[in-house]
Amino acid sequence: MSPSLSLALLQVVDRQAPAEFWPWFVATLVKLVALFTIYMIVVAYTTLAERKVSAWMQDRYGPNRVGPRGLFQPLADGLKNIMKEETLPPYANKVLFMLAPAMAFIPAMILWAVIPFAAPWASPWGRIEMQLAPLPIGLLFVIAFSSLGVYGIVLAGWSSNNKYALLGGLRSSAQMVSYEISMGMSLIPVLLVAGNVTLNEIVNQQASLHLWNVLTLGVGFFLYTVSAFAETNRLPFDLPEAESELITGYHTEYSAMKFSLFFIAEYANMLTQSAMIATLFFGGWDIPFMRADNVGAVSFPLVLLSFAIMFAKTLFFLFFFIWIRWTLPRFRYDQLMSIGWKVLLPIALAYIVIVAGTLLALDAAGLKRDFVYGAILFAVNAVLAVVMFRILDRGRIVSPAYGRLDPQELARLRSVSRARTHLTVSAGD
Amino acid sequence: MTTKQVEVSLSTTGLDAQGRPQRVPLVVDAAGNVVEMPPPAALEPELEGEHMLINIGPQHPATHGVLRLVLELDGETVVRCIPHVGYLHCGFEKIGEYRQYNQIIPWTDREDYLNSPGNNVAFAMAAERLFGIEITPRCTVLRVIAMELSRIMSHLVWLGTTCIDIGAFTPFLWAFQRREQIYNLLESWIGARLTTTLTRVGGMGADIPDGFVENLRDFNRDFPGTIDEIDRMVTRNGIWVGRTIGIGAMTADEAVNYGLSGSMVRASGVAYDVRKDFPYLDYETYDFDVPVGSTGDVYDRFLVRMEELRQSVRILEQAVARLPDGPVNVADARVILPPKSKATSEIESMIHHFKQVMEGPRPPAGESYVAVESPKGEKGYYLVSDGTPKPVRWRIRPPSFVNLSAIPRMVEGHLLSDVIAINASIDIVMGEIDR
Repeated sequence: MSPSLSLALLQVVDRQAPAEFWPWFVATLVKLVALFTIYMIVVAYTTLAERKVSAWMQDRYGPNRVGPRGLFQPLADGLKNIMKEETLPPYANKVLFMLAPAMAFIPAMILWAVIPFAAPWASPWGRIEMQLAPLPIGLLFVIAFSSLGVYGIVLAGWSSNNKYALLGGLRSSAQMVSYEISMGMSLIPVLLVAGNVTLNEIVNQQASLHLWNVLTLGVGFFLYTVSAFAETNRLPFDLPEAESELITGYHTEYSAMKFSLFFIAEYANMLTQSAMIATLFFGGWDIPFMRADNVGAVSFPLVLLSFAIMFAKTLFFLFFFIWIRWTLPRFRYDQLMSIGWKVLLPIALAYIVIVAGTLLALDAAGLKRDFVYGAILFAVNAVLAVVMFRILDRGRIVSPAYGRLDPQELARLRSVSRARTHLTVSAGD
Repeated sequence: MTTKQVEVSLSTTGLDAQGRPQRVPLVVDAAGNVVEMPPPAALEPELEGEHMLINIGPQHPATHGVLRLVLELDGETVVRCIPHVGYLHCGFEKIGEYRQYNQIIPWTDREDYLNSPGNNVAFAMAAERLFGIEITPRCTVLRVIAMELSRIMSHLVWLGTTCIDIGAFTPFLWAFQRREQIYNLLESWIGARLTTTLTRVGGMGADIPDGFVENLRDFNRDFPGTIDEIDRMVTRNGIWVGRTIGIGAMTADEAVNYGLSGSMVRASGVAYDVRKDFPYLDYETYDFDVPVGSTGDVYDRFLVRMEELRQSVRILEQAVARLPDGPVNVADARVILPPKSKATSEIESMIHHFKQVMEGPRPPAGESYVAVESPKGEKGYYLVSDGTPKPVRWRIRPPSFVNLSAIPRMVEGHLLSDVIAINASIDIVMGEIDR
């Protein structure tokens, strides 16, 4: 394909692409390599951070043997996992068993293609977006690909031919499907306010309102964060791998690098979701209390500064994920589902209506989209948040305990099992 | 529905074609007769699913040892639960028949290994009842200290593992740090940490060392802070409450009928505590409360045990305050060795020492039973002597075993996750169950 044809195609999908092919091509390559490298390093060190932060919360040292203060621990872990024996359960579906870890990992990584990680650079060769693929449909792309991650987990659980893994896979599919919906619904207010599905535009809009979405759409932030925890299978939603119930759930049968890939996928998902929260609700690369970065393309030092800001925000949410994990107990399956369907989804739907109504009213009143506009949205959200948390905090956030089945129902189920169960268990061994 | 269910028989009345125990619920019919529950109406065909049999254990992160639960699951609902025990059977009771009384004490360390000092004390009490020995006042108070320390140790393991089983990992390590502190105390006292072998027939293996009382006071001062911390972490946490309230509930009648004891029966509302009802070691002179729950669910058991930790600290404080001076061991030549200096210098003492060590003390023929309030429940030691230095029968009444026998009643009808929570709340130690 000739450069000119490529450029023509490129300019169809990306209206802001530079006018020349080579600067764009080289910039994309550099961004690709840099992003991937930083991404993998951060994922590796998140595993160390998890252990260090948990150690810090639990009054112990954490890994401190490999390298200075345990800093080379991720390398040692990686080496160990590569050297270990790959086991394959005899009755596993081999193809899917091998494919599943990759399917769990790849979607998390792909999402980074559309996340803007710094302010656009006014380079000598034209404007360069600090985003791998400035897709016009960025947010839809994110929603579509983040739901693909569940396939890796479900297939891992199913193909292992292990009951624990199967239960883990089933739990995960139910959980992901339910929370995918509330996650998508919690994003609609963001789209309503931005009027656009491009992630870069969402960042620009937050900068132009002088208020980040976490203030103007606080309830949406809460809904999205809860859903993000469920999407990443992190505590308190780590039911698919609940180690005290299902050994390790869907990856019970995995060893060595395949297990490691699931592990990496979990942290990769955390990193991606942290970046998404930062982008959607915390202004992305927007430098707080500074206007110079919001004027379109900026100078290179400012690009670096905005990247550092984005990085810091993402790291904070990574820490938040870890913090929650070592603080809260785990939900039960039925509670998880009832929170997803009976709490989060209705709230998200009601919230969409309220935000849409507020925006309509504000626009009809002829308000410009600036600070006052954001402040009014913030006030509406503050009221909503107070009402919501007052209602939720009356013991309703967790559904009451699942009552024990009555003996008649139990006897009925047992009669079914006598007729249908053909697995046997010997009572005496 | 006029029928009222009175009891679900759990005894193995027979095995079905697939080797599973058959259990038939009994109900009271309209005429007041107890009859077997009528067979249920047939299901609509499309609703019938296949049940899955799943093994929880013997190797599973949440079975606290080698308990094996065979669960029949309908989806994630437990339709049937059959506990299998015996994977850790060591034959302690039989081994005891070939050991002198003091030689049995190390074996008591190993049955309920979270409660070694308590077992040592309880066994020594049973042996002393056989010998007819009254222990010294100092020894009595030291044994109270040992029992309450060991109750705290055991409850801390229960607390930590329950938190892990329900998904909160952090309180586990906070609890274990305090447990280390108790282990350090015990190490300074007797030299061992886990398998303490703290007592001898007629006294203790050692008197407490210098500084022990101060360290124990430090512990008494610091420990309630840790309980409060864990309390803040989980007791009112919405997820924790949702995971535990209404789970595995046992009514007071059921709890008594199943022979439950300890925190299990107290959580169901029965204020039965051996320390209060059949006092030993002067427990009647200590000022402490027996916490009692109401519904007997996992949450009540949790609250009861948390309060027991605080009450144990109260007892420890009183014991430290009243600790008298004086000898630790009784002056009874039948059971106590002569001083080492005399054994190496006087022929009578040397022969006495030799006979004591090689043959062992001889109790009069008879039998004795001592029940104590162990952290798991009512723990009994039964000894039969025919006048020889070794018992002809040693029998342990293991509270974990009796409490575990109610697990099918508690888990059937609940979800898989609840099985883990209920199992944690029973607080079993397989060493004690399989012996």
